[in-house]
Amino acid sequence: MSFDDISVLLLWTAIAIYTLGFLAFTVDLARRSELAIKAQDAKTQARTLVAAGGGQTIEDIRAEEAAAKVALEAAPSQRGRYLFARLGVVLTTIAFLFHVGADVTRGIAAGRVPWSNNYEFALTGTMLVVMVFLTVLVKYDLRFLGAFINGLIVVLLGGAALAYYVEVVPLSDPLKSVWLVIHVFVASLASAFYALAFALSVVQLLQSRRERIALAAVGTDAAPRTRLPFLRTLPSAEVLESLAYRFAIIGFVLWTFTLIAGAIWANDAWGRYWGFDTKEVWTFVIWVVYAGYIHARATRGWRGTRSAWLSIVGFTAVLFNFTIVNQFFQGLHSYSGLS
Amino acid sequence: MSRRSSDDAPAVDGPLRPSDHLDKTGDDEPAFSGGQPVLGVVGWLRWGWRQLTSMRTALVLLLLLAIAAIPGSLVPQRSADPNGVTQWRATNPDLYPTFDAFQLFDVYTSVWFSAIYILLFISLIGCVLPRTKHHWKALRARPPRTPARLSRLSDHAETTVAVPDGEDAAGHAAHAVDLAEAQLRSARYRVERYDRNGVASVSAERGYLRETGNLLFHGALVGVLISVGIGGGFTYTGQTVITEGDGFVNSLGLGYTSFNPGRFVDTEELTPYSITLDRFDVTYAPPSGQAGDFEAHVTTRFPGQKAEDQVIEVNHPITMAGDRVYLMGNGYAPTITVRNGAGDVVFSESVPFLPQSPTMTSQGVVKIPDTGGKQLGLVGFFYPTVAQLSSGALTSRYGDLLDPRLTFFVYEGDLGIDDGTPRSVYALDTDGMTEIAGRNAPSPSLELSPGQTVDLPGGRGTVTFEDETRTGAPESVKRYVSLSIHNDSSATWVLVFAVLAMVGLFTALFVPRRRMWVKATPDGDRVRVEYAGLARGEDPAIGVAVAELAKRHGRALDDEPASAPASAANVN
Ligand code: HEM
Repeated sequence: MSFDDISVLLLWTAIAIYTLGFLAFTVDLARRSELAIKAQDAKTQARTLVAAGGGQTIEDIRAEEAAAKVALEAAPSQRGRYLFARLGVVLTTIAFLFHVGADVTRGIAAGRVPWSNNYEFALTGTMLVVMVFLTVLVKYDLRFLGAFINGLIVVLLGGAALAYYVEVVPLSDPLKSVWLVIHVFVASLASAFYALAFALSVVQLLQSRRERIALAAVGTDAAPRTRLPFLRTLPSAEVLESLAYRFAIIGFVLWTFTLIAGAIWANDAWGRYWGFDTKEVWTFVIWVVYAGYIHARATRGWRGTRSAWLSIVGFTAVLFNFTIVNQFFQGLHSYSGLS
Repeated sequence: MSRRSSDDAPAVDGPLRPSDHLDKTGDDEPAFSGGQPVLGVVGWLRWGWRQLTSMRTALVLLLLLAIAAIPGSLVPQRSADPNGVTQWRATNPDLYPTFDAFQLFDVYTSVWFSAIYILLFISLIGCVLPRTKHHWKALRARPPRTPARLSRLSDHAETTVAVPDGEDAAGHAAHAVDLAEAQLRSARYRVERYDRNGVASVSAERGYLRETGNLLFHGALVGVLISVGIGGGFTYTGQTVITEGDGFVNSLGLGYTSFNPGRFVDTEELTPYSITLDRFDVTYAPPSGQAGDFEAHVTTRFPGQKAEDQVIEVNHPITMAGDRVYLMGNGYAPTITVRNGAGDVVFSESVPFLPQSPTMTSQGVVKIPDTGGKQLGLVGFFYPTVAQLSSGALTSRYGDLLDPRLTFFVYEGDLGIDDGTPRSVYALDTDGMTEIAGRNAPSPSLELSPGQTVDLPGGRGTVTFEDETRTGAPESVKRYVSLSIHNDSSATWVLVFAVLAMVGLFTALFVPRRRMWVKATPDGDRVRVEYAGLARGEDPAIGVAVAELAKRHGRALDDEPASAPASAANVN
């Protein structure tokens, strides 16, 4: 069995475990929903007993938000004892170890860094997403993103393993450069941070919609309804937004570096630092979109939902750049390894 | 301090930002009164300028820029892919004029794209200049007065301490603030004392670098744009093809197959160095035979100086008199000798063939204007390792010279080169010619191995595929390289500004800018100590910072021997 065979085997094992992790996190969200509904029912009942109406008050909402913020920033030992969330973390960590194994063995099989065609970009890129996610978990309780992240990884990694897999081939000459190591790695790392920001922005949008409905229901008797009751256990849209922003700016700094490093490499390989080659265009577009996002966050009338959409557009462009542009667009950067 | 004393609101004279920046209070809206514009021409101009330099406009322009850049990745661009444009035109002849009218083949130099980025940069400059001036002043100003009610700030902590024996409350308050001042100063805050009526307080600010970084970043972007814009005028690029054993001289008339100078380039002033290709190395990796490790071994020479051996590789250009010389491509240049019916040599040259496939099936053209009879044109295919497809057609199955074969279609007639129209050396215009050997001719195409000579049909002479090993060369067929020669002195400036932008960005995003206040108020036999912080811009850690300050300060107060003078406060 060659190293590459081992790599593929480890990879599929990792995908299987990520799938289990996804299931565990999904059950966790369902359980949180149940708890949230029960809590509300209990409160409603208590209120009805003292005949104070069934609706939520502003104080209830603020108390929920405050509790969620405390929970978000709690140290690992003080976090809510969500059984399935813990299981999810354990599974994700195990899957991650297999994933690292797959990546490393691929690198050994190829005798170089394992990021030089689309299959390997996907392998390493998704590994970095999980790495960043697990690292961030130490500081913030973002386990509610677990289902999302695991789902994303299963889709991307499974898709790559099926559609992008290529045998190890020697590098083409332009790729033989230290810049391959630096530029591509930093780009993948930036994408990992963008992915996390994206996930948070999506939850932010859901949350802010729920908050609007909840606020509108204040003072009425009706208990606010949401299709995703677990949102009530999550931090407020505002907190989610500032967290998303923090990841996005780290991604942006890394992306800026990617852009500059790419230009230096292009200058060595092709004799010009910038030529609006398709891949360069998309790197630029992504950079400008995130610059727009950062500006939006500082512009009156754009903070909140609108800026969240920009973060989502930005990450969509990252994915588009990696899949469609790498595969179908003509240009000098034809390194997808696909034909 | 000359600040107006708004006792309630915390001091907000932060960095000057456009009027719709989140930090701003809404007191400088355009001068409308009661819905009636009361603006003269100057007023309107000012209003327009303010719109252009607003955050919203910058944002919209940024998003427009992103969108406007996209078509250039969907439609081939003349600058990056001229052949793609020609092809596109051939496949979409109807759409071509419309697309061309919208400059879709020159997106990045188009009027509309330029308009967006020029407006963006005007907005940028209009935004950055006043901010720079403001920041310059802010850098030298003292931290603002302590707000009267610190408890109104969201990041706030409070504690009371007992006054030690033998000290009065006011004295202890002042002492506590001394201690805080020293602590803040050692944490790189700029501090200012505001003691009044027995209430001691210190106002501290840090993170001026944040705004400096922001201005540096935006300013450096302008630097990048200017370097690119001006630099383009001094840039030149040229291409040349050198066969093994041949050389190139850096001079317009002599060496280049194509040359694109910028507006300010003096083409008479090129340094006349020369480059000779001694040998071109390449390795083929089995099984697919992927080629790699290209190395062009060259001898370079400046007039009147000793020759130097150098190697040009992909990713490793050499530098000659400020020019960077890149290895762009390579191929085979079979040496072909043609004799006419009388046996006279009418052509003998190594002809560069253009590779058409990864296995180096290559195509080339031989044009012979002077044969003593009609002009001859040969369209050749070269297969370094020949193989036959099931259709009978030849192909190459490996890039290296394992079993080289050369085939020719032969045409006779008018080459179309006498009227002075420039023609590509890689293409034959067969309009005025008849095929005399090949698929559509009575005679089959010619097929040769190195060293072989075959007859042209009808006693027109012979064609020889020379075997170079007979002249002592290591391989039977010569190779050639195509080199690209660039001079772009602005690249250094672009890099410098890009790095400055990067540094600026880092500081602007990650240096927290915050104000801190510590206030001690005597309260009977105790002293009430308050701590508060105010973030200027994104600052996720401000709450922690205030709590941390309160903790450290409290600890320092406790630890201290009651009677020790403030100056001995141990700040850690
Ligand atoms: C080429 C166009 C521009 C780009 C790529 C760009 C990019 C950025 C980036 C990346 C940041 C975040 C880093 C930092 O705080 O320094 C930023 C911040 C900022 N930019 Fe720009 N910018 C551009 C044009 C402008 C213009 C025209 C204005 C003025 C209207 C402007 C005003 C600002 C302000 C005020 C901030 C600080 C935002 C905050 O408080 O967080 N920028 N810009």
